[in-house]
This record gives sequence, C-alpha cells and structure tokens, in this order.
Amino acid sequence: MTAKKELLKVEGLKQYFPIKGGFFGRTVNHVKAVDDISFTVYEGETVSIVGESGCGKSTTGRAILRLDEPTEGVVSFEGKDLTELSRKEMRAMRKDLQIIFQDPYASINPRQIVSAVIEEAMDIQNAVPKKDRRKRIEDLLQTVGLQKFQADRYPHEFSGGQRQRIGIARALSVDPKLIICDEAVSALDVSIQAQVLNLLEELQEEFGLTYLFISHDLGVVRHISDRIIVMYLGKIVEIGDKHSLFDNPKHPYTKALLSAIPVPDPDHKKDRITLRGDVPSPINPPEGCRFHTRCPFATDKCKTDVPELRTVDIMKDGHQAACHYIEEIESGEHKAKDYSAEAIVGKGQEV
Amino acid sequence: MNSSENILEIRELRTSFFTDEGEVKAVDGVSFELPRGKTIGIVGESGSGKSITALSILNLLAKPGEIKGGEIRFKGENILTYSEKQMREIRGNDISMIFQEPMTSLNPVYTVGQQIMESIRIHQGLNKREAKLKAIEMLKLVGIPSPEKRVDQYPFELSGGMRQRVMIAIALSCNPDMLIADEPTTALDVTIQAQILDLIRELQNKLNMSVMMITHDLGVVAETCDYVAVMYAGQVVEFSDVRTLFKNPRHPYTVGLLNSLPRHDIEQEKLKPINGTVPSPHNMPKGCRFAPRCPFATELCRESLPELVADENNNQIRCWIYSDEWDGDPEVNVHDSEERTAKG
Repeated sequence: MTAKKELLKVEGLKQYFPIKGGFFGRTVNHVKAVDDISFTVYEGETVSIVGESGCGKSTTGRAILRLDEPTEGVVSFEGKDLTELSRKEMRAMRKDLQIIFQDPYASINPRQIVSAVIEEAMDIQNAVPKKDRRKRIEDLLQTVGLQKFQADRYPHEFSGGQRQRIGIARALSVDPKLIICDEAVSALDVSIQAQVLNLLEELQEEFGLTYLFISHDLGVVRHISDRIIVMYLGKIVEIGDKHSLFDNPKHPYTKALLSAIPVPDPDHKKDRITLRGDVPSPINPPEGCRFHTRCPFATDKCKTDVPELRTVDIMKDGHQAACHYIEEIESGEHKAKDYSAEAIVGKGQEV
Repeated sequence: MNSSENILEIRELRTSFFTDEGEVKAVDGVSFELPRGKTIGIVGESGSGKSITALSILNLLAKPGEIKGGEIRFKGENILTYSEKQMREIRGNDISMIFQEPMTSLNPVYTVGQQIMESIRIHQGLNKREAKLKAIEMLKLVGIPSPEKRVDQYPFELSGGMRQRVMIAIALSCNPDMLIADEPTTALDVTIQAQILDLIRELQNKLNMSVMMITHDLGVVAETCDYVAVMYAGQVVEFSDVRTLFKNPRHPYTVGLLNSLPRHDIEQEKLKPINGTVPSPHNMPKGCRFAPRCPFATELCRESLPELVADENNNQIRCWIYSDEWDGDPEVNVHDSEERTAKG
C-alpha cells in the first residue's frame, strides 16, 4: 500500500451550544454536542461516522465546514487550519469541501431551475468560466444519471432520488476533494438508495473523491466505508477499519448497536444485547464513561474515570476503542450484569 | 382456509383519492388474510399503499379519500358495511392502531394519564379514579418506570421511545384483538427500536393479539412477522410465510428489494438496485405495475395485469412468470437478474 496522504485532520474538536435562560437571557448551560474528538481522513477513502440521534455526528460534519463555528479544536485540511481562516477565506475553501444533505426536498431552492441551482455553486466559487457553464451543467447531470434536458426543470418535477442526484451534481460542480454526506441516502427508499450508493461509489472512483459519510444506518455504512467512527453522546467510542470493526467490535456500545439492528433473515440467531433506557441528555452528560448508565459491564471505575481510545493486541489496522475493560470482556473474566428482569424498564430522559 | 381461523380477511380492497388531477388509486385490489394470534408484515416503499390499507381497515380516511370497493372481514363480519357508530365501537375496543410519529400522535396539552384514560372511559365506562388506576397499570405493562409519577406528566417530558410506549399503552388499554402498527419504530434509534419491538412481541404473546406490522424495513419484518405481504404501487405482489419470502422470494420486485438492501451482518459486493422509479399514481402502467422496472418483463407483462394467484400452501404471487401464459424464457431465474439485464 502506498503511503496514505492525510487530507483532513480533526484534533480536539469541541462544539458546545449555549442554552440561554433565566431572567436576563444569560447562558445558563451548554449542550455538549461534540466533546473533544480527534480523527484523520486520508485521501481517497471513505470514513463514516455512525451513532444514534444526538451523538454529535452531524454537528461534527457542520463544524468541519464551519457551518457552525466550533467551540474549540483544530480542523486541518491539507495542512491548513480551517478554524483560523477568515470567513472569506473559508468560503473559498469550501470549493474543496462540499456537503450533501439528508433532505433532498429541503436542500434545493424550489424556485430555481436545476441549472440555476448548480450554476450558483460555480458562480460563488468562480469555478468554471461563464461560457462553459451550460456545458458543464449538462455533463454533470449526465454524470449523476439525469438527462441534459432536465437542466431547465424545477425541483418539484423530480422524485426524491433524482433530487438527491441534483444535490450530488451541485456538490461536484466545483470539483471538490472532500464531500461530507450528511445522511445523504437516509430519506430514500431502498431501491433508490441502492442506486444513489452505487453512484457515489462510481463518482469516487472517477474523480478520486474522499467522503466523510455521516449515517445512522449501519448497513449503508458497512457497504460504503473503508473506516468507521462510532460516536456516543459527543465522544468517539470506537474507531477502526470496516472489517475489524464489524467482525470484532470491542466497545460494549458498538456491540449493542450492531446486535440491535434487525437482520433481514428469519433464520438469523438473535443474540441481542438490549440496552436499558435512553441516551442521557448531552447537557449534563454522565461523568466518567458516558455510556456507563446503559452499559451492562459498567463498574464504579466507569462512573469516574474517562476511558481513552486505545488499542490492544487483538485489534487490527488502527482499530481503537474507549473502554476500560476491553481485555477482560474479551477473555470472559468480566461478565455482563444480567438485567433481563428489568431489561425493558428504562430510565427516561430527564431534562 | 375457513374464516374462523382468520381474524382479518381483506378482499379486493380499492381505495382512491379524488384529486384535482383525477382519481389516484392508492389501493387497487388488495387482498390478504391474517390468522388469529399471528403477525403479518405489510412491506413496500413510499407510495405503495400500505398505510392507506391500514387506514381503510379502521375507516379513518380523510377526504378526498374514499373506499370504492372490496371487503374487509373482521372476525367474519364485513366491517365496510358498518355505520360510523358501529365503527367507533370497533376502534380501540377490537382493533387499535399505533403510528409512526409518537411526537405528533400525542396531544401536547394533556397529560399522558388523561390521554390513556380517555379511551378507557369511552370504551369501558370506568369512572375517573378507576380509569386512572388502569392507566397506571397500562404504563407499568409497557415498561415505563415509576408509572405513578409518569401518569401526570406531559408528552414533552418523555423521550421518543417513552412516547411510543405511551402510544402502545393507549392502544392496548381496551384489550383489542388486533393491533395495527404503522411504522412503529421508524422514527426511533435502533437500540430503542429493539426495545419497542421486544415489547410489542411480549405483549402480543401475553394478550394473544394479532398484529399487522406496516414497515419498509425488511429486517423488522424478518424479525417480527409470521406472514408477509409485499406491496407495490397499490397492489399486493407477493404474499407468503416469512421464511419462504426471505429464502425463496419469487416476485422480481421482492428479489430486487432484497438485493438493494445494504446489510450490516454480511459482506457484499456491489448492490444491485432496481432500475427506474415507482410509477406516478396518475399514470399507472397498463400491464403489470412493475413491468417498466422489471428486468424480465415481456410484451405480455407490459400489456396485461397478472392476477394474484395462490398455490397449495397459500403462498400468493402476482407475476406472469409463474403462469401458463408466460411468453418469456421458460427457464427464467428471477434470482439472476444481472445476466438478464446484460442480455436484454
């Protein structure tokens, strides 16, 4: 394997959203949506961030693009720290970093025809000479599987899958290096979702794109990714190569998450780890390991000590997990508590 | 099959919406049956008519929707002939329904307890105090901790999973014989989904209920259902027991759906999507509804609509390939679409 080139490096990223309240509208507290995460994305690969609602995966994507200003941390793209750039410089930077959103109905202006939607991106980035733009738009539409003549139609004339293709064409129009796909296929029916996933893969090959793929769907993630980051309540709990992570998950949360997904095979043996309760509030996240309130392996140590991401011998290819008891759980020395009696009794989210 | 074994039998149900642009046949000749105590999954993509089928059963369609024909037999009686008053007796008492969005299905200005008590008081004629005790009992049944406290809380004080539990408590408060669950876990995270599916299954066994599970998630179907009806463009295209459907799917659409699905449990090469998109309801194909997207479609498929035909095991299929009239390759293998597309 050739030496991998770092394209995007996130270090110590924090994103706190203030909660205004009280008599004078002061900041009374913070939602710690993303709390000190670090990872690297190499050129040409697909890295996915997975997790449930509120884990901070979309916030991470937005913070990288500075759609929301990150509270703390360094985001370097090709060695340049994006958080240091002025707004104007950042805007120019977005030529290289594009994003595709979840809802193809909301992310395209309904009053613009498709060619205008795509041209606006090129116009802002001054990407293609004006006289060549029409040709470029038509080429792009064909690249994403639409027809030339559809350039003059309005978004409402397209189906959801086609609109997502328009979103992809818009992102591609400025020739980006990295595309952040924020739940880009989640709103689509499976037969259409498969079409769009295949398209994304083809485009990656053709244009040498790098994807940061944000999704809650582990089937999609397994299909498209090279590496996977699992987040829980604003922290990375596990990160690793796709094969290592799916075949050999090490964090109890990853294990529970994988076991919770229904398998489309009636003969599949269910070996489900049912988690108790709900995700706690990110306003006052639990001390120590954030997962300890739901973890069947949690001890007193987990309630106080924050586990760091680390690797042990059995984990391959940069696979890391943030758990105090990886070895002990693996060897069977440390057993899960049996919650079966109270398994369905959860603790409601107290806000 | 004699009707006493089936709690629900639907025959040739047709439901249309009369819009400015003309009639939209949302449900067009749907038939299936649900044996007592079992779970049937209705699967299909957006616009396949699965939710409209469910709303038709309870006669909850809003204008401009209208049931145009067919039969819905519940415990042997055709409830389509019932008056609104009779239907009101059925709803909640005999058939209950839970919806996808627990956030929007609950009334934000009433406490959870008041909302459970409403249906108990209407249907069972209990007084306030008795109804409240029953409400607490129901909350306990669906696994809500400290129900005595929760009963006086408002929906906004509960998480999504808790709200769906409350919805289930309301639905089950009058001991219905049948529960219709319309995408009950779609809005929930997977770890919470697992809890809710376990709960529905557990209560089904405890209360001996029949369940109709409407979903687009084939994983949920495989895990919770005994029988499956696959819907496409307002029609059932395949009906069989769950094992047959997943092990030996016969309709090209079912095969296509399974091939499109990215799996988390196994390694896959490229996904094989179904080409094209769902036909517009204003402009349905003349023949088989799936023909424009089907890799096997022939002249016959494009010209005339196949019937839903049952075999000796009551597995049903709506596809010309399995009929004597089939005019395509007699050796056709629906699991081999790639080769076929390349040739065609």
